Amino acid sequence: MAKNISANLTEIRPPRKSFLGRRESDRLASRLFLFLSTVPLFLIIVILAALIYRSWPIIRTHSIWDLLAGQVWKPIQGLFGFYPFISGTIWVTVVAMILAIPPCLLTAIYLVEYAHTPLKTVMKPLLDLLASIPSVVYGVWGLVAIVPWVQSSLSPFLSRWLGFIPLFRSDNPTGFSVISGSIVLAVMVAPFIIAVTYEVMHTVPEGLRHASLAIGATRWQTVRYAVLPQVLPGIVAGVVLGGSRALGETMAVLMVVGNVAKSPTSIFDPAYPLPALIANNYGEMLSIPMYDAALLGAALVLMLMVLMFNVASTLVLRHILRRSA
Amino acid sequence: MEAHIQIRNLEAYYREMPALKNVTLDIPRQQITVIMGPSGCGKTTLLKSLNRFLELTDGTRLRGEVLIDGADIYAPGIDVTEIRKKTGLLAQRPFPLPMSIYDNVAYGLRIHSLCSRGQETDKRVKHYLEMAGLWDEVKDRLHDPASGLSIGQHQRLCLARGLAVEPEVLLGDEPTSALDPISAQHIEKRLLELKKEYTIVLVTHVLRQARRLADYVVFMYMGEVVECGLAHQVFNAPAQERTRAYLEGQF
Amino acid sequence: MMKRRHVEEAFFKILMIGSLALVAGSLGFILLTVIIKGLPALNLAMLTQTPKGGFYLGKEGGILNAIIGSLYLALGGTLLALVFSLPLALYLQAYARRTGWADIVRLALDVLWGIPSIVYGAFGFTLMLALGMRASLLGGIITLAFLELPIMTRSMDEVIRMMPHEMEQAAYAVGATRLETALKVVTRQMLPGILTAVLLAFGRGIGDAASVLFTAGYTDRIPTSLMRPAASLPLAVFFQLGTPFPEVQKRAYASALILTVIVLAISLGSRWIAGRLSRYTIR
Repeated sequence: MAKNISANLTEIRPPRKSFLGRRESDRLASRLFLFLSTVPLFLIIVILAALIYRSWPIIRTHSIWDLLAGQVWKPIQGLFGFYPFISGTIWVTVVAMILAIPPCLLTAIYLVEYAHTPLKTVMKPLLDLLASIPSVVYGVWGLVAIVPWVQSSLSPFLSRWLGFIPLFRSDNPTGFSVISGSIVLAVMVAPFIIAVTYEVMHTVPEGLRHASLAIGATRWQTVRYAVLPQVLPGIVAGVVLGGSRALGETMAVLMVVGNVAKSPTSIFDPAYPLPALIANNYGEMLSIPMYDAALLGAALVLMLMVLMFNVASTLVLRHILRRSA
Repeated sequence: MEAHIQIRNLEAYYREMPALKNVTLDIPRQQITVIMGPSGCGKTTLLKSLNRFLELTDGTRLRGEVLIDGADIYAPGIDVTEIRKKTGLLAQRPFPLPMSIYDNVAYGLRIHSLCSRGQETDKRVKHYLEMAGLWDEVKDRLHDPASGLSIGQHQRLCLARGLAVEPEVLLGDEPTSALDPISAQHIEKRLLELKKEYTIVLVTHVLRQARRLADYVVFMYMGEVVECGLAHQVFNAPAQERTRAYLEGQF
Repeated sequence: MMKRRHVEEAFFKILMIGSLALVAGSLGFILLTVIIKGLPALNLAMLTQTPKGGFYLGKEGGILNAIIGSLYLALGGTLLALVFSLPLALYLQAYARRTGWADIVRLALDVLWGIPSIVYGAFGFTLMLALGMRASLLGGIITLAFLELPIMTRSMDEVIRMMPHEMEQAAYAVGATRLETALKVVTRQMLPGILTAVLLAFGRGIGDAASVLFTAGYTDRIPTSLMRPAASLPLAVFFQLGTPFPEVQKRAYASALILTVIVLAISLGSRWIAGRLSRYTIR
C-alpha cells in the first residue's frame, strides 16, 4: 500500500532534472545580478569619459575660460565661444521655471489639501498624459499656437507698457524668442513639478495638520504655517530637479526659440540653447576641424550642469521621502 | 448638572457603515467627562464630532445635532474655524508646529489676529505655558525650535497652544497614551486643575485613568451609548450588565 | 463681514483653482491644436505608404517608413533595456534591499534618468564612431536602450518596492531561494506594475527625437536591416516642418497627430492593462 502511494507520488511530481541545483542557481544569479548592478554607475562613468575624450582636442587648445566666456561662435574661423549658448540655456530655463513654479505649486497644494477623491482621479491620468506627450509635439504646439501669439499679442503689449525695462524690450519682429521657448518648457516641466511637490507634501503626517486645524486655523493657514515650512527643502529640491530636466529639453525648444547665437538681453530676444546647438549642427560635425570636439564639448557642459543639479536635489529628495516611509 | 454640550440623535457613518448610532447625551459644564469603551466602540468618533473633525475624513456623513451653549455647531453657515477655536484638542500623538516654542503658543493668537506682536503676546505666552506647567522648563529657550523638546513636553506645549485661544471645551483623545508615566501624571494633574475653568471631555481606554479623572462617565459599545452618569455611580454601581462586564475587564 | 483669514483663504483658493484649470487647459489646448491642424491632412495614404519621389516637395506618399521605423526602434530599445532593467530591479529588491550599495545604484539610476536625451544621442554617436558603425537601426536601438534603462528600472523599482513583505516572507519560509522567489513570486505579483513600467519606457522611446537624431539616421524606406538607417516619427515631423512647402507642413501636423495618438494609446492602454492584470494579483 505504501509502495503504491509513493509510486503515485512520484508520478505527480517527477524528479527535477536541472542543469544546476537550486542553491547553485541562486548563487550564480546572485553573482550575475551583482555584476549587472554595476551597470548604471559604469554607464555614467563611460558617458563622461567618452564626452571628455571626444572634446579633449578643443579643451587642450583653448583655455576653459575662453570657451565658457567667449562670445563669438564662428567654427570656421576656429572661434568657439560657448557663452551665448550657455546664456541662452539659462535664460530659457530660468524664465520657464519662473512661469511654472507658482501655478504648479498652487495646483499641487490644492490637490493635496483641498481636492476630494473624484478630482484626484481625474487629475492623475491628466498629468500622466501631459507628461507623455513627445517633445516634437510640444514643438508643433509651440510653433502653431505660442509663437504667433507672442508675435502678435504678447510682444507688442508688454513692450508697450513695460518696454522701459530692458527685460521686456522687443527688437524682435518674430515670435521666436526666449519667452516662447519658456512657455512651452514650462508646460513640459509642469507635470513633474506638480508630482514631486505632491509627493513631498504627502510626507507630512496628518497629525500635524490636525494640530493646526484644531486651533481653528483655516486650511490655507495650516498649509502656510504648518505644512510648507516642513516641506520647503523638498519642494526646492523638486524644483531644481525639474529645472535640470528643462535644461536638457531639445526639440520643443529648438523649434520655437529662434536659434540665433547671441546672448539674449530680453525675453523677446531669440536664444540658442546648448541642446539646440548640438541638435542643429550635428550634420556638419565632421566637416569642420574641431567642430565635433566643440559640439561634444557642449554636450559635456550640458551633462555637467545637469549632473550638478541632479545629484544634489536627488539626494535631498530621497532623504525627505525616505524619512516618512 | 448644567449641560455645556448637548448631543441630540447623533448618527455618524463612515462610508455607509454606521459608526455612531443615535447618540443622545449631555456633557456637564466644567467637569471632566470620560468616554470609555472597548476599541472600535465609537468613542473617538464621538469626540471628533464635537469639534467637527469628523468631516476631515473623506466619506464620512453625519446626522443630528451637537449644541454647544444651545447653538448647533453643524448648522449651515456656521464658521467651522470658530467652533474649533472654542474646542481645544489634545491628540494622542502631540505634534509641535515647525516653529519656535514661543511661536507655537502664539500660533493661535496669530491666526485669529487676537493680539499684535509685542508685550501683550509675551504676557499671554508666559501665562499659558504656566497653565500647562511648562514655563519653568522652557523659559530660557523660548525661541528655540519646539522640535527639541521631549514628548511629554510636546504634549504640554500642545496644551498651552490650545489654551492660548481661550477655548471653552478641552477635548482629549487618549492624551497620555504615548507619554511616559511621569509626563502622563503631569498632564493628568493639569487637567484636574483646568476643570475649574474648562469643560473637559476625554477619551481613554485605560480604566484606571478614567477612575482617577472622571466626574462624569459615558460608556460606549458598538457605536451606542450604553450608560452614562456620575462617575462614582457608574463605577461602583453600574446599571447595565455590559458596563459591569467592561469594568470587570471581560472585554 | 468675512474674517481676514477667510478672505485670505478665498483668495488663494481662487488662485489654486485657476492654476488647476490652467494645467488642465494646457493639455486640452495642446491636443486641440494637434487635432485641428493634423486632421485635415490625415488620410489613409499617410498611414500606408512610404514617401514616393517628390514627397518632400508635396507629392504623394505617406510616412509608413517613419511609423514602422519608430516601432522597430522603440521595440528594440525597450526589449534591450528590459534585459537589463528587470534583473536590476529584482536585484535591488531581493538581494540588495537597503544596503549602501543599493543606494548608490539607485542614485546612479536617478542620475541617468536626468541625463537629457541629446546627451544620450551624442554618446551613442561617439560609441558608433568608435565601433565604426554608421547611422542605423541598431545604433538607434542601442541609444534608445540607454535612454529607457533608467526610466524602466526606476519605475519597476518603485512598483516592486510595494511588494507586500508578507508574501516574500511566506516564500522564504517554505524554503525558496532568493532567485526562485524573485522569478516566481515577485514577478507574478508585480506583473501589472512591471508591464506599466515597460510601456512607459516604450512610450518615451517612440516619442524621442534627440537621441535618434544622430544615431538612427533617416531614410524613406521601411527598415529591413539592422545596419541600415531607420526613419522615426518625431524626425518625420521635424523634417517635414522644416520644408518651405505648406502641403508638406500640413503633413507634418498629420504626422504629429499620428505620433500623439500612438503615445496616448500606449499611456491609456497601459493603465487598462494594469487594471485587468491586477485580477491575478492579491490585494
